[in-house]
Amino acid sequence: MVNFLVNLVNGLSLGSVYAIIALGYTMVYGIAKMLNFAHGDVIMVGAYMSYVALRSLSLPPVVAMLLAMVVCTLLGITIEKAAYKPLRQATSLSVLITAIGVSYFLQNMAQLIWGATPVNFPADFITLPSIELLGGQLIIEGATLITILVGAAVMVGLNLFIGKTKIGKAMRAVSEDRGAAELMGINVNRTISITFAIGSALAAIAGVLLWAKVFKLEPTTGAIPGIKAFTAAVLGGIGSIPGAMLGGILLGIIEIFGRAYVSTALSDAIVFSVLIIVLLVRPTGLLGKPIQEKV
Amino acid sequence: MKTKAKKWFGRYWIYFVVVGFWIVCEVLMQQNALSPVIRNQLIPICCWVTMAVSLNLVVGISGELSLGHAGFMSLGAFTGLIAAGWLQHAAQMESPLARLVLAMLAGGLIAGIFGFLIGIPVLRLRGDYLAIVTLAFGEIINSLIINLYVNLDQGTLYFKFLKGRGLPGIPLLAGAQGPDNITKIALIPAGFVLVILTLIVANNLVRSRTGRAIMATRDNRIAAESVGINVTKYKMTAFVTAAVLAGMAGAMYGLFMSTATKPTLFRYTKSIDILVFVVMGGLGSLSGSVISAALLTILPEQLRFLKDYRMLIYAVVLILMMLVSNNPLIRGWMKGIREKFFRRNKQTPAAEARPDDGKGGGRS
Repeated sequence: MVNFLVNLVNGLSLGSVYAIIALGYTMVYGIAKMLNFAHGDVIMVGAYMSYVALRSLSLPPVVAMLLAMVVCTLLGITIEKAAYKPLRQATSLSVLITAIGVSYFLQNMAQLIWGATPVNFPADFITLPSIELLGGQLIIEGATLITILVGAAVMVGLNLFIGKTKIGKAMRAVSEDRGAAELMGINVNRTISITFAIGSALAAIAGVLLWAKVFKLEPTTGAIPGIKAFTAAVLGGIGSIPGAMLGGILLGIIEIFGRAYVSTALSDAIVFSVLIIVLLVRPTGLLGKPIQEKV
Repeated sequence: MKTKAKKWFGRYWIYFVVVGFWIVCEVLMQQNALSPVIRNQLIPICCWVTMAVSLNLVVGISGELSLGHAGFMSLGAFTGLIAAGWLQHAAQMESPLARLVLAMLAGGLIAGIFGFLIGIPVLRLRGDYLAIVTLAFGEIINSLIINLYVNLDQGTLYFKFLKGRGLPGIPLLAGAQGPDNITKIALIPAGFVLVILTLIVANNLVRSRTGRAIMATRDNRIAAESVGINVTKYKMTAFVTAAVLAGMAGAMYGLFMSTATKPTLFRYTKSIDILVFVVMGGLGSLSGSVISAALLTILPEQLRFLKDYRMLIYAVVLILMMLVSNNPLIRGWMKGIREKFFRRNKQTPAAEARPDDGKGGGRS
């Protein structure tokens, strides 16, 4: 029973990281209708930036994280303006290849700047003490707890932002129907830029939290978690924000339980099999809207 | 008469290029004038060309974005390796060529069977959902092969999953460590024959009734359905053909690399690399795939002197190519040039002929 609870907490924690990454994927997809394959690498850049801020600039952890968020936001906006904006009218496959190009670019740039040697997670980054529950049987580490709390805060905050603010409303309008939104006086380009900015800022947060999980940071660290978070976004129904949250958390829990009760070596296969099974039953994901075909 | 010859040449020039390149390589190798770097790249080039042409059948001709093509290559590679190992040790087959051909057939067969099985669920989905599911299948194949152990003892193959210890005989495949005890038997002429075979198969498919039906389903699924085309059947034809070809290329690649064939070589990044070949060569253009796959395989090797900047430059080139080729101004120029030099050229690039690849559905 205690084991089950430990796994559940770890799953929730990993799921929160996936959910934050998946939010970035799904928001960009919903608004720009593109698969942003470079998102996973923005996460990696975020983790490296927080490291630079913490070590080279000796900033306190929270400030380091904020700085990483600012850098990633700027990076996201730059990528969007330089690489994706000129391709608004292009086929989605051209945009996909460009995103792959950006992904390669970020990975190789990171390798040139920070080298290929893995960087260990600095112990003084998250210094929250572990808490003990059930008379010391269930120990929750500080990093795990922080991850869950930050994940919950991000989800609530983003939901409020999308639901209540004017920009959030514009984002929903653009994702619903870009042409009509433009006719209503919404600045579509600016809305898309803001979406990229928010997605990239979230990626910076996810970068630090992911680093605490995988411990070693390399230029390719973001790639596989990025793909898994993308899987999570699709699982929940790509384009749907509650879907990304649900998909992310489910995926994290499934992965941890797969590792614990089936096999560590097969955890990836289990995660992807779940995706396939869900899509067979619900072809547009758990919370996705069904595709309507017009003749 | 002249136009007929032109048309004939327009259709078959790529075969001349492939055969010509092969002859040049053979002559240079006879005189030891071919640099070992290129020589060692010839078989991989043939494999990647086959991969690109076969993926183009799915992405360009059938219009479904597949991100798991390397998975079929992986299946073909390891099936081929095991088959070749069995033929070598158990069946005592002397001729390397016979082993290679049988191994490639085995690789193609297994990849084809899996292509069919995977195609059943995959082809029910649309657009990006289809893309992510093909990626998922590729990753599942990869993580299953990483955990597969195969031993050979007195003519019998022993399969074990997750843990390899306790199997009798000599190991042929040892999970993540890859294959063992298998001789390299890939031959350069066989590589070129594979490319030519692939081109014949792909071209015949595209220019047949089946191929026209496949392209009709790509251009407008509903219209195709309404004239009685069985969409799933034709999409499946393209998907399985591509899987078989990929399996054969995989077997060739595996028997070229032998013990250096690691299952992790065929992860989704490889599928994406192949997709890059296809898009760079032009969607739906088989000859474009041949040339871009060959160039993009040789080029990074030739840029080794750039060291750490090599992949960075590759990334920049990739982005710039996409930006330039989609720039309306440059597109206009290209169109002007094309019309000036090739008047009454009826062939329009398939990329332009695709009004909507099913992914921008919500954009209208």
